[in-house]
Amino acid sequence: MALKQTPSQTVGPFFAYGLTPEQYGYTEMSSIASGTMVSDDTEGTLIRVEGRVLDAEDTVVPDAMIEIWQADAQGRYAHPADSRSSNAGFAGFGRTGTGTNPENRFIFETVKPGPIGDGQAPHLNVIVFMRGMPLHAFTRIYFSDETSANDADPVLRSVPEERRQTLIGARQDGPGRAVYVFDVHLRGEQETVFLDA
Amino acid sequence: MTEAAYTPRDWQTQPAYLTPEYKSTVLRSPSKPLIPLPQSLSEITGPVFGHETLNPLDNDLTKNGAKNGGEPLGERIIVTGRVLDENERPQPNTLIEIWQCNAAGRYMHAADQHDAPLDPNFFGGGRCVTDENGVYKFTTVKPAAYPWGNHANAWRPAHIHFSLFGPSFVTRLVTQSYFPGDPLLELDPIYNATPDGARELLIKKFSLDATEEGFALGYEFDFVLRGLKATLMES
Repeated sequence: MALKQTPSQTVGPFFAYGLTPEQYGYTEMSSIASGTMVSDDTEGTLIRVEGRVLDAEDTVVPDAMIEIWQADAQGRYAHPADSRSSNAGFAGFGRTGTGTNPENRFIFETVKPGPIGDGQAPHLNVIVFMRGMPLHAFTRIYFSDETSANDADPVLRSVPEERRQTLIGARQDGPGRAVYVFDVHLRGEQETVFLDA
Repeated sequence: MTEAAYTPRDWQTQPAYLTPEYKSTVLRSPSKPLIPLPQSLSEITGPVFGHETLNPLDNDLTKNGAKNGGEPLGERIIVTGRVLDENERPQPNTLIEIWQCNAAGRYMHAADQHDAPLDPNFFGGGRCVTDENGVYKFTTVKPAAYPWGNHANAWRPAHIHFSLFGPSFVTRLVTQSYFPGDPLLELDPIYNATPDGARELLIKKFSLDATEEGFALGYEFDFVLRGLKATLMES
């Protein structure tokens, strides 16, 4: 007899001290994850992924939480279902709120994931939570400098062509580590593609 | 791409993004259809957390914010239960994070402007990892109702926020659980965002078995995460 799935409810406006305490300056509890997903010994190409969350009126959302789940630079996930060798030193999980950056950006310092080997282009798996969202939203971040891999990616190919760009983080020119900008548009003309994962 | 491993989200129990009575959804809900995503290694894996992530008092909210031997005010309660999947299989070693307001209806959060007192001995955040049988347990104080700005004279029913991971990226769950017999439930647009017929799944059950004599009332609440498809379980 199948049980019924527990319904989702919104994360609400007050998640910060429970889910991202260190980022928001609450000292009573440590954080299980942050926007800094790398340490000094993480292998791979360091990148920064940043962006904002915008509502239907293009107002920046200051109380969203973004989570990222990704493979390491060799395309391996730190999880038992991925039987390839361990990627010790890189958990692959990041979490940050949009409430502490002056421009309400989310910022992830991570490594560029490798291709996982099944024909998909390198990507970050993303979950978006916020007040006003009763159910979290799944999306992905691909990379603008992976043109040929993106062209062959089965998920991107399943998206109407005029909307594919909403899933691609745009690499910025500049010195130092590569920065990819990815804004989440919740609703409207530029609406980000959300996935039924 | 592999064949889907986990059952899809059940739209008989999961809320729609747009619920106009809950006003914040109007500008924050996707309007275009979701694009179906075949499940690959990206979806059937997910972050793994162990007991090493936790401190000993993380699951006792009556102690983890106490100062100088003090104790939080309010009615002590135990909240316990199991994390299962749809096939009734216990989910061991899964991280559960919680946050709640205090017994006066005030959150520790800096943005909470409700004119009710903070409790210097109550933080309101906690977490634990389920044991080998999928069982979790928190000790806390009962949260209170509080007003919010959604509509005139709007009050949130008392609730505890929960965040769970489960075994994969697609089993992620963030929810709120309520208390039995609360007259505010039927008036609450957030509770009512859940489809009719599934709302009761969000209400804890009072349990004398979980009640600790002379110490705290017990409430039970089981979580049900998306499960593996039957064909995959058999193979």
